[in-house]
Amino acid sequence: MFGLFESRSDLPLRTDASRRFLPWLVALNVYLAALALAGLMALGDAVSAWDKGLTGSMTVQIPAPVSKDGDRINDNAPRVARALELLRAQPGVAAANALSRSEMAALMEPWLGSAGGLVAELPLPALIDVQLRDSAGINAEGLQSVLAAAVPGATVDDHKKWLDRLLLLIHSVELVAAAVVLLVAGAAIATVIFITRTGLSLHQDVISLLHVIGAQDDYIAKQFQSQALALGIKGGAIGFLLAALTLGGLGLLAGRLGSQFLPPLSLGPLQWLLLAGLPLAVALIGMATARFTVMRTLARLP
Amino acid sequence: MRYGVGPEVLHDVNFALAPGSFHFLVGPSGAGKSSLLRLMYLAHRPSRGLITLFDRDIATTPRHELPELRRKIGVVFQEFRLLDHLSVLDNVALPLRVAGMGEKQIRDYAEELLSWVGLADHMQARPAILSGGQKQRVAIARAVISRPKLLLADEPTGNVDDKIALRLLYLFEELNKLGTTIVIATHNEALISRFGHSQLHLENGEISVRAATKRGA
Ligand SMILES: Nc1ncnc2c1ncn2[C@@H]1O[C@H](COP(=O)(O)OP(=O)(O)OP(=O)(O)O)[C@@H](O)[C@H]1O
Ligand SMILES: [Mg+2]
Repeated sequence: MFGLFESRSDLPLRTDASRRFLPWLVALNVYLAALALAGLMALGDAVSAWDKGLTGSMTVQIPAPVSKDGDRINDNAPRVARALELLRAQPGVAAANALSRSEMAALMEPWLGSAGGLVAELPLPALIDVQLRDSAGINAEGLQSVLAAAVPGATVDDHKKWLDRLLLLIHSVELVAAAVVLLVAGAAIATVIFITRTGLSLHQDVISLLHVIGAQDDYIAKQFQSQALALGIKGGAIGFLLAALTLGGLGLLAGRLGSQFLPPLSLGPLQWLLLAGLPLAVALIGMATARFTVMRTLARLP
Repeated sequence: MRYGVGPEVLHDVNFALAPGSFHFLVGPSGAGKSSLLRLMYLAHRPSRGLITLFDRDIATTPRHELPELRRKIGVVFQEFRLLDHLSVLDNVALPLRVAGMGEKQIRDYAEELLSWVGLADHMQARPAILSGGQKQRVAIARAVISRPKLLLADEPTGNVDDKIALRLLYLFEELNKLGTTIVIATHNEALISRFGHSQLHLENGEISVRAATKRGA
């Protein structure tokens, strides 16, 4: 199947014992790198989705007023109406809408279940979703001071704190994933160098003969190169296939959860293409590494 | 020249070979015959001194131009150095492959030459199963297939009986008549006196030349 990449060879590289496990080593490397890269891309998507959804909007929270004996819940509706009026009068505000009871219930559902009655009885604060005009120049503190006088207790949340913490977490995870990709690439390169060196010393007699009968370094290096490329593509294909199966399985599990608060963790066609480029890149890096190693060793011959 | 930090194996070696000439390289064991040949087929760089091959000063020739010079030199190694994982045909074809000749032509040349040295029936055999004399012929075929200008043979008659040795010498003479310069390192006094070519005598790291004697045989 991969005979296409194996040109005629004067060196018996294919029978080297060390070469039999190289494809599997490459497969493992590509598998790990593919998973890390997929995670990286999925997280990137999730971050930009959250970012887009949350910047340009704020949430105003109006706690239900509690009577002096702390028992009876007063009607929150007049306060909400006053706040809406004030908010809509702001030039930077595009829209302001209070969340209905059923919307609140939907938000709480993952934690409280769909028992609607419970939500109705809780002294939940009213929530107003505020959409801002682009470059409105409004910040949460400014809006809060506008509201404070008319609606005591109202707070404005621009999600900034929460988003910042989330982004910090996600960027840390991204950093780890990128480090994994780099480490794996480094391990793959080290492996190819090791295997190539082994091949060089194993076939020293053949190489010195080729050298003496007038072979250019390039002629000898090409045989190691094409061997490394063939092994890399073989191992890379296996690794990519396993990674694709794993990712497909994970996607299936995530899909079954049907959760609205998990970001979309599936990959688009372009990202799959990028992922498929990984084994190819590994094979090419392997080929270049083999060539570099051989050329450097041969340069020591007279 | 010297090996690593060892003693100088050759130190007063001065000679020139006329194109198309035929020489025996003689001297006691350990005198440095193989070492001298190694210098001549550019497998070793001299620690000092000057080597001029085909009018090129080796010391000033860039490394990437050396393979071109090596292709003009055919070498028969004492221990043959055939590649056991390749067929006899591929072994003989190697110098042409390395030189980048087309596959079709390589096959034609190699098959013709192998027929000529009497190995037509063994082209696909692995060298390991051949007899000593057959291996020797494969090694010689490989050395001459690219029609070298210089043929260096290190004790090519060491492992064969006198009859085969004689035939091999005749083969070298044929080549010599076609213009190839030939140097044969050997201990075989009988052959030397029989053919009477000029002798390069190597001893104590020095070389002396004895002119050709009148042909016997
Ligand atoms: N690869 C090597 N490394 C170190 N020393 C070597 C090497 N090859 C040869 N020598 C040394 O160089 C000297 C000359 O050896 P060389 O093989 O050239 O002799 P020779 O004339 O060919 O001998 P023989 O007739 O036995 O083949 C010897 O002292 C030997 O020990
Ligand atoms: Mg010797």
